[in-house]
Amino acid sequence: MSNQKVLEIKNVDFFYDDFQALENITMDVEKNKVTALIGPSGCGKSTFLRTINRMNDLIEGARLEGDILFDGESIYQENVDVVNLRKRIGMVFQQPNPFPKSIFENVAYGPKIHGVTDKAELEEIVVESLKGAALYDEVKDRLDTSALSLSGGQQQRLCIARALAVKPEVLLMDEPASALDPVATAKIEDLIEELKDNYSIVIVTHSMQQAARVSDLTGFFLMGELVEYDKTNKIFENPADQRTEDYITGRFG
Amino acid sequence: MADLKKKRMLTDKIFKVIFLIFISLGLVVLAALIYDIVSKGMVMLDWEFFTRFDSRFPEKAGIKAGLFGTIYVIGLMIPITFFVGTATAIYLEEYAPKNKLTDLIKLNIANLAGIPSIIYGMLGLGVFVRYLNMGRSVLAGALTLSLLVLPVVIVSAQEALKSVPDSLRNASYALGANHWHTVYKVVLPSALPSILTGFILAISRAIGETAPLIMMGALTFVMFTPQGIMDSFTVIPIQIFNWTSLPKVEFELVAASGSLLLLILLFILNGLATFIRYKYSRK
Repeated sequence: MSNQKVLEIKNVDFFYDDFQALENITMDVEKNKVTALIGPSGCGKSTFLRTINRMNDLIEGARLEGDILFDGESIYQENVDVVNLRKRIGMVFQQPNPFPKSIFENVAYGPKIHGVTDKAELEEIVVESLKGAALYDEVKDRLDTSALSLSGGQQQRLCIARALAVKPEVLLMDEPASALDPVATAKIEDLIEELKDNYSIVIVTHSMQQAARVSDLTGFFLMGELVEYDKTNKIFENPADQRTEDYITGRFG
Repeated sequence: MADLKKKRMLTDKIFKVIFLIFISLGLVVLAALIYDIVSKGMVMLDWEFFTRFDSRFPEKAGIKAGLFGTIYVIGLMIPITFFVGTATAIYLEEYAPKNKLTDLIKLNIANLAGIPSIIYGMLGLGVFVRYLNMGRSVLAGALTLSLLVLPVVIVSAQEALKSVPDSLRNASYALGANHWHTVYKVVLPSALPSILTGFILAISRAIGETAPLIMMGALTFVMFTPQGIMDSFTVIPIQIFNWTSLPKVEFELVAASGSLLLLILLFILNGLATFIRYKYSRK
């Protein structure tokens, strides 16, 4: 069934000390859809992404007002287990950041810290996750070599596999292809297309073409505000807001 | 234009020569010292030198007591320093709240590294030997040396932890890892080679230390090897210091043999540190 809400963002304001980075953001993220967030640098789209799995908690002086519901439950209550939240909402970063360990250990890291000790089970998860990230065929013969020996594109797919290994429901991607060449970027985009059958994906991207190619819905951020949020083809073909139109036609940003 | 270019090139050359002179000066002095120690040290050096205790007669004097003392003291000091030093650095870099107090503590640890070693000897004498009643024991010596090198160990471990990119920490947190998992499984393994390098260099400094141990009362003429951590002891540099102060000129050669041994120990440790750094930086 479609149009099921997995995330409901309600009137979120976000501050770094006195600086307000997000202003009154309200939007719903739909299940098994790809939601793209676009906007110029410094518009708050990455900050917003990091409020969803509470990565901003790690930044001193960061403060959020409003609420975010995940599966209908608030993730900003006192009793929320952040560890469990981040297990259910995975994240892939802008720069590929594999651990300086073997390919196997990279993917096994998540399951291991969440208590999987059985070797056969771990192996199954690793293989499954690598297949899920379309990397398995390229690395199946060298799972115990260092992850740092992979190319940038492979490293990024490894990071995706690593995120998949803890079986998340939502996948947050912070400009996952911005450090990659066009071929590697295309592979990541194909992968996103495949992943949305099983995951809800929120992707921040600098590239409007990328947003147009991969996403079902697009949100346009400007100076900490969500200017417009709608179906991707609506945003790109017939935006409601003048600022959105200016941005996608390349008049600024 | 041409004049300017000439001038620039001349300045360039002059500075190059100046730097060359200074580095040559350093290297020449070092080479002379090493030559002196090796040539004199080889005269009396034989296997017996390692198996004999000290003696009033230069030809019968050996380093056994010092060698064993050093092994005992440093052997005991290594685990103490490593755990206290690394744990402190982990706390300061990964756990401590970022505020003025933490900054003050960090600053003071860095300052402690600059305090003369004899002050640590006095502290060791006052606290470990007298107040805690450890006597002039191997344990008291190891703790004193630990105190002496801890600031250096802590600061270098802090630097090592700081050099681990935040992106790795973020990757770990984003997978749902808690703070300790992130530190233990991701940050520490990445920082360990650098931590070890700094640590080994600090240990090699401790091996050569004389003043604090004399201050806290390590013996100078010892005819036994320590049997436990509460026994009294001497170490190689004290033994050397003792020999150089004796009137018989032949003791100068014995002292040179001791210095040679010390030098070799330091070379081995520094070599080890370089090896670790080299091995892991290539990965």
